[in-house]
Amino acid sequence: MSILEILGGISLVIGSIFLFLGSLGIYRMPDVFNRLQAGTKASTLGAMATILGVGLLAPGWILKIIIIILFIGYSNPISSHALARAMHKRKAFMYFKGEEIDAYKEIEEKDNTEK
Amino acid sequence: MKSDYFKKLSFGTKMSRFFMNWIFLMMVWLGFTNSFAPQELLVGVFLTALISFLGIRLFTCCDLSLLHPVRLFNILKFIVVFLIALIKSNLDVARRVLSPSLPINPGIVKFKTKLTKNFAKMVLANSITLTPGTLTIDIVDDTFYIHWIDTLTTNPEEAFKEIAEQFEEILLKIF
Repeated sequence: MSILEILGGISLVIGSIFLFLGSLGIYRMPDVFNRLQAGTKASTLGAMATILGVGLLAPGWILKIIIIILFIGYSNPISSHALARAMHKRKAFMYFKGEEIDAYKEIEEKDNTEK
Repeated sequence: MKSDYFKKLSFGTKMSRFFMNWIFLMMVWLGFTNSFAPQELLVGVFLTALISFLGIRLFTCCDLSLLHPVRLFNILKFIVVFLIALIKSNLDVARRVLSPSLPINPGIVKFKTKLTKNFAKMVLANSITLTPGTLTIDIVDDTFYIHWIDTLTTNPEEAFKEIAEQFEEILLKIF
């Protein structure tokens, strides 16, 4: 067993642990924004680590792997931002622990008065 | 609107952007084909030149000045800072998800940025999304609206210091 195989295996395990934590976060969090928080961060690092593990196990693929990792890091936050914005415009349920802290409301009120 | 903005650019800027896109696409091509065989290189050079020529109005983020050594150094520094923040944010998510009491105190805060370029703002928004406990909801001109899983402050300046300062410092040097 070479050192690359060991590193690849470790990377795969770390990636799958984070993917599992992400799905647990989606299950436990109270509203859509907190679910997106947990889902985005954990799935980004989880997918990156898993794919990096594959790249270490098959070193001929490493350049493609780097491009895929860059693409995941670039596109994942954009999709979660689009989802969060759409859900806020749809007035999805927002969980607050104490008082309501929502600075984005002012933009929506402005949009509504312009219509 | 967009075409007016494009017509105002000088020929040099357009060429500089074209070459930057060409170099970037060529690197992607080399990564995917994974070979230096002459026929593949030839096809790649022509294909990437064609794509960057057709897409010159769309890919307007950077020109050749991005390859200045100081900027390249700052890009490397940004990647290191970003990776550390990404790992920290994942440990943060793990801590919040695994603790039985679910320690969250969510809220939406806003702050202003000094960045002017759209692409720089997008990079900042993406990095904020992947750093501990924050998620970009919207950017309106120079104001960022951030969903914060553990709202420490609603004051814009303090929120800016807490969330975005480390990235903005480096991004101001890059763009």
